[in-house]
Amino acid sequence: MQIPYTVAARPDTGLHNSKLGIWLFLASEVMLFGALFSSYILLRVAAPEWPHGSAILNVPLATLNTVVLIASSVTMVMSWASLMLKDFTKYRRYMGLTIVCGLVFLVVKVFEYGAKFSAGTFPGEDLFFATYFTLTGLHGLHVVGGIIVNTYFWGPGSRMWNTEPRRFTNRVEVAGLYWHFVDLVWIFLFPTLYLL
Amino acid sequence: MQQSATTERRHVESVRHEEHAGFWRTYVFSIDHKVIGLQYMMSALVFLFFGFSLMMLMRWQLAYPGKSIPGEVFVLLPAVISAATLVIALISKRKLIGLVGLTFAGLAALVWYLVSDEVLFPDGVMVPELYNSFGAMHGTIMVFLGVVPLAVGGFGNYVVPLQVGAPDMAFPRLNMMSYWAYFIGGVVMLASFFVPGGAANSGWTSYPPLADIATTGQTVWLLGMVFLITSSLLGSINFIVTIVQLRANGLTYMRLPFFVWAQFITAFLLLLAFPPLEAAAVLQLMDRLAGTSFFLPSGLVISGQALEVSGGGSPLLWQHLFWFLAHPEVYVLVLPAMGIIAEVIANNTRKPLWGYKSMVYAVIFLGFMSFIVWAHHMFMTGMGTVISTFFQTTTMIISIPSVIILTALMISLWGGSIRFTVPMLFALAFLPMFGIGGLTGLPLGLAPTDIHLHDTYYVIGHFHYVVAPGSIFALFAGLYYWYPKVTGRLMNDTLGRIHFWGSFFAMNGIFFPMLIQGLAGVSRRLWDGGAEYAHAQDTLYLNEVMSISAWVLAVFQLPFIFNFFWSIRKGKKVESDNPWDATTLEWQTPTPPPHGNFAMVPQVYRGPYEYSDPKSPKDYVPQNVA
Repeated sequence: MQIPYTVAARPDTGLHNSKLGIWLFLASEVMLFGALFSSYILLRVAAPEWPHGSAILNVPLATLNTVVLIASSVTMVMSWASLMLKDFTKYRRYMGLTIVCGLVFLVVKVFEYGAKFSAGTFPGEDLFFATYFTLTGLHGLHVVGGIIVNTYFWGPGSRMWNTEPRRFTNRVEVAGLYWHFVDLVWIFLFPTLYLL
Repeated sequence: MQQSATTERRHVESVRHEEHAGFWRTYVFSIDHKVIGLQYMMSALVFLFFGFSLMMLMRWQLAYPGKSIPGEVFVLLPAVISAATLVIALISKRKLIGLVGLTFAGLAALVWYLVSDEVLFPDGVMVPELYNSFGAMHGTIMVFLGVVPLAVGGFGNYVVPLQVGAPDMAFPRLNMMSYWAYFIGGVVMLASFFVPGGAANSGWTSYPPLADIATTGQTVWLLGMVFLITSSLLGSINFIVTIVQLRANGLTYMRLPFFVWAQFITAFLLLLAFPPLEAAAVLQLMDRLAGTSFFLPSGLVISGQALEVSGGGSPLLWQHLFWFLAHPEVYVLVLPAMGIIAEVIANNTRKPLWGYKSMVYAVIFLGFMSFIVWAHHMFMTGMGTVISTFFQTTTMIISIPSVIILTALMISLWGGSIRFTVPMLFALAFLPMFGIGGLTGLPLGLAPTDIHLHDTYYVIGHFHYVVAPGSIFALFAGLYYWYPKVTGRLMNDTLGRIHFWGSFFAMNGIFFPMLIQGLAGVSRRLWDGGAEYAHAQDTLYLNEVMSISAWVLAVFQLPFIFNFFWSIRKGKKVESDNPWDATTLEWQTPTPPPHGNFAMVPQVYRGPYEYSDPKSPKDYVPQNVA
């Protein structure tokens, strides 16, 4: 007996296994970041004073990063849509762009971190920087994970297109759902840390 | 007869098929849910024994504070088990049993190493720091490495795909990764005993600021937890997808065996409650490694010196994040146990479960409510009467679904022609034991009474009644019940009965006196068991009663351990694939089920517990019979 619904959707749920799996994983990620955001709120309301993010963090760079990450979400959708249209060359191009955007985001982040470190500001500075480094660091790790997965599907993993195109398209869709989530977390992080 | 002959032939073919996969693929890096389930089960049983051994050493200190420990006696137990399993391994020529024997030999060596250490045991007396770290690691090992992996990783993995009529879990490779993440987490936890300062010693709850400034063992503990959380996350996704997507044709939600329902809700609890602990672990790691102050308030003075941190953090934040996990975790410990009990009771009363649907609705409601009761662990933190009132109200509400389930199980006994098999004995004992555990929880859930009882031995007695003669008895019931499906042989009945009655009396001998001591106000986590406190003097003699009961309990596990390994080769052979005349799908497969489980996709026609139907020729109708 083979495991059913790895590719086709189960009629009564309308989902294939990995799509349900990734949604459940994202639910747990919501709880992870939800707990961290709640901690942030609790610490901030209890603090006698809390610095204004825009005064001590680099807002223009973070704005650039926001744009880059949103763009990468768009190219991610385009890569999946290209597969749906059976255009593998376009898929490679869009997936490549997604990966490049992810890398640009990380490089900008490294410059931001570097500027803070060289100015002698570390996570132990105060609670603001503790939350800033922890939240953006954890988000950065999620970006790294996403880039690794996307690179696999861009490179060696894409061979599956020749043998099981439907299954490969599903995989890209699932990777896309994760990538959009990572994007979404940043869209919450950006105003919370930089603007409020 | 005809049917069992064909299943046997199928079985032989499947065994041949598995041999092709090679030793490593078949037994070590297997992606078969049954092998992974057994890996979980064996590892968890060893960890349970290890966690219990730590407690047996601590109980010497509690009963005879300041007296030299007879190390040889404590080494004797794992040494005897090791010798016996090695002999069985030689007789039955099973390498894997030999591996277990070697593990126990290692355990004996570890105990010997600890007890003969002059720093940890000067003059044979355990130092308070070691007592603290044993206490922390006993809790951690029992909960995260013992009971949960056995109940969810072990029984869940083995039984759920069979009961839903699936060929395997939905993501077999993820399943393997889940086991190995658990294994690494376990190794990391064991390794923490050998870092400078010893293992984590801030209690299994790791409350800051103590945990933030504790020795290196705490960092290792946090890393180990990250692995265990990853493991349970992968596992829980797998369970939910398997149950939602891979149910056999005709197996509607209201035809699922109650065990599957219990695992389903448990998986949601693991999925959604563990991430906040992961967040908390990340924050505590930052505090310990990067010098942040998430959990460190301003102006903290330690040993007369001001702590050099930025401060401003909140120790209470940890408690909120921790208990947001750890209260649902209690239900993770209990729900699979209830599921096992439901299966065993329906099968051995030869009756459908009474109120199956209300049990299902109760378990769903219980899962939901378990997320909004966590602060009843924190009544003493001064969070204010309004919040206390909210949480004591939700706590009283959550007791209702537990009572519904327990009552339904109890009424299921009514009018049944009960077979007093060994699994049934454990299941019957579960009902009153879990009842005591649950009812003693009510005074703890009410803020005014909790003020007196908080942090006393009463709390220890309460939750040990829930998890030890509660959950662990249910797990024993499950082991005896599903053993013939896994091995094709029954465990010895007499040894099983000795194991049951011995454990039953010893368990009560350990935990009931705790309730008495707690009511007298004796605090938990005291290195000398309260010997220095005036108010503890009247109940001090109970320490010896409890300790002797604990050691007696250990002795009564010997027949079980022997029985468990001996019966793999020498137990009484089962005469059919369905020795208990059960209705659920796992008994409609060959014994043991081959890779891929079912020869063809099963079709389900009826509910899970159709026993004693007057219209059918036998007293049961399996789910896949039209």
